Amino acid sequence: MTFQHYRQEVLALTMRWVRRLSREKFSMLFTLVQPMLFWLIFFGSLFQHAANIQVLQAPNYMSFLAGGVVVMTVLNNGLAGGVDLLFDKENGFLERMMSTPIHRSSVILSRYLFVMAITGMQILVILSIAFVFGVRLETGLPGIAVILVIGMLFGVGLTAISMALAFSVKSHGDFFSMLGFLSLPMIFLSSALVPLSAMPGWMQVVAMVNPMTWVIDAVRPLIITGWDAAIPQVGMAFVILAIFDAVCLYGGAKAFRRAIG
Amino acid sequence: MMDPAVVIDVARLGKTFGPVTAVEDLSFTVHAGEIFGLLGPNGAGKSTALRMLITVLPPSTGTATVLGHDIVREADTVRSLIGYVPQERAVDRFLTGREHLELLGGLYHLSRTETNARIDELLKLVNLEEHADRVAKTYSGGMKRKLDIACGLLPNPKIVFLDEPTLGLDVQSRLKIWDYIRQLRENGITIVMTTNYLEEADQLCDRLAIIDGGTIRVIGSPLELKTGLGGDSLSVTIKEHEADTLPRLREGVMALPLVRDVRLNPTGLDILVESPEKSLPAVIEVAQRLDCSLDGIEYHRPRLDDVFIAHTGHGLRGGTPDATEEE
Repeated sequence: MTFQHYRQEVLALTMRWVRRLSREKFSMLFTLVQPMLFWLIFFGSLFQHAANIQVLQAPNYMSFLAGGVVVMTVLNNGLAGGVDLLFDKENGFLERMMSTPIHRSSVILSRYLFVMAITGMQILVILSIAFVFGVRLETGLPGIAVILVIGMLFGVGLTAISMALAFSVKSHGDFFSMLGFLSLPMIFLSSALVPLSAMPGWMQVVAMVNPMTWVIDAVRPLIITGWDAAIPQVGMAFVILAIFDAVCLYGGAKAFRRAIG
Repeated sequence: MMDPAVVIDVARLGKTFGPVTAVEDLSFTVHAGEIFGLLGPNGAGKSTALRMLITVLPPSTGTATVLGHDIVREADTVRSLIGYVPQERAVDRFLTGREHLELLGGLYHLSRTETNARIDELLKLVNLEEHADRVAKTYSGGMKRKLDIACGLLPNPKIVFLDEPTLGLDVQSRLKIWDYIRQLRENGITIVMTTNYLEEADQLCDRLAIIDGGTIRVIGSPLELKTGLGGDSLSVTIKEHEADTLPRLREGVMALPLVRDVRLNPTGLDILVESPEKSLPAVIEVAQRLDCSLDGIEYHRPRLDDVFIAHTGHGLRGGTPDATEEE
C-alpha cells in the first residue's frame, strides 16, 4: 500500500459521492435550503418579537439563532453522513468495494471528505443568508474560519456515530428511527433555540451535558459578541470536542471492524 | 509441493455466526481454467463460502489459499488477483455504467489509460457500449447484471467469483450470461460460481460441489455425479398375462454383455446398462427369442436432480424429503 494508491482510492471514492449528489439535484437543493428556510428565516422571523433581548443577550433573535442554525446543520449533516454507506451495505456495493485491494479506511475517509465539504459550504451559505437579514459577524472573516473549524470537529464525531449506526443496524428502518430519536432532543435540549438561562432547571442540566450546547456557546459569541467573550468558549469547545470525537471515533472504528472484519 | 494446476485450495474451512454454523469443514480444490460450481439451495452456505474466498468474510476455522496466497494473511494480494460479481445487483443507481468502471479502475489502482482501454474492451464484451453513459437506474435487470460482470472483470483477474450469476433473470439474459462465462473460460480465466439452478450447474460447470446444510455432500463433474448414481437404465414392462415369463427374460437379459445389473419390479425389469443405444436392440432381441411380448420399453438417463436428491435426501426446491424419491 503506497501513498499514491491510497490517494487514488480516496479520490475515486470521493468522486463517486460528488457524482451522486450532482445526479440528485432536487435533494441537494432541499438539504441545502431546508435549514435556512425552516429554521433561520421562519423560526427567526417568528420569534423576532416574541423573544426577550435581555434574556438572549443578543441584538435580536435572528442573530442569536444564527449560531444555533449553523450547529444544527452540522448535526444534521453529520448524523446523515452514514446513510449512503447504509444503502451500500444493503445492496452489496460495500462488499464489492471491500473485495478490491483498497485500504479499509479509504471508504470512511472519502465519506468524511465529502460530508465535511458539504457542511462547510452550508455553513457559509447560512452565514451569508444571515448577513442578508442584517446579522453582522463581530469577529469578521477570521471568526468564520474558526466557526468552520469548530463545525468540522463536531462533524467528525457525529459522522462517526452515523457510520457506526449504519454498520450496526439490522435494517434501514432502525437506522432512521434512531436518527430521529437522536437529533430532535439534541436540538431542543441545547442552547440552539433559547439560552440555557431561559430553560427550566432540569433542562439546563441535560443541556449542559449535551456537547451541542458547548459547540453553540462557542460559535454564538463569535457571531454576536466578539473575540474577548469568544476565546474562552472556543477553547472550552475544543476540549469537549476532542473528548467527543475520540469517543465517537473509537466506537465507530469498533463497529466498522465488526462489520467489515 | 502444490499441484501447479490447483488455483484454489480450501482446507476444512468453516464459519460460525454466534451460535449458528453457516458452513463447516469445507475442503475442495479448484483447477486452473475450469468452471467450478457450488450448487445448493438457499441458505446452504454457498455464499458464505464464496465470501470467505474473496476475503470479505474472515473464516472461523480452517484455511484457504487463492493462487497460493492465504485468504487471511495475504488478503490484499488475493484481492488484487481476483474479480467478484456479487449476488445483489450491486450497482449505484445514480452512476452511469462507465462511471462504475472508472471507480473500480481507481480502486484497483489502474492508470487512467489502462482503465479506459479496459472499459472499452468490457463494454464491447457485454454489449453495453450504447448504454455506457446512462445512469444505472434506467437499466433493465439483465443490463445491470452485465454491468456487474463487467465490473468483476475490470481488474483483468485470473479468477472470477460469481454469486448466483443468473438469479432472477429471464431466459434470454440467462443464456447470454452463460455465453459470457464460457467465453471467459476460453480466455483462460478460472471461474468459481454459486448457483441454485440445477440446469445451470449441469450445463455450465466443469466440476461442482453439492452443498447442503453447510457441508459439502459430493464433488465431481456433472457426468461423474450422474454416472455415480448407476448410469443409464432401461425399464421394460411386460404384458400383464405374461408375467410368468419374467424370470426367463431376466436370465436372458442378464447374460447380455452391456448389462450391469437387472432388477425385478412388479410389472417388468429395471436394467442398468453401459450404453442404451447398443443394449436397447439387444434386449428386444432377447425378448423375441424367449417369446415374451413386451408392453413397453423406456430409457432413463439420470439427471442432476437425481444426484442432488441422492446426496441430500431432498429436492433442491422443497427442502423436505421428496415423496417421489426412488427406493
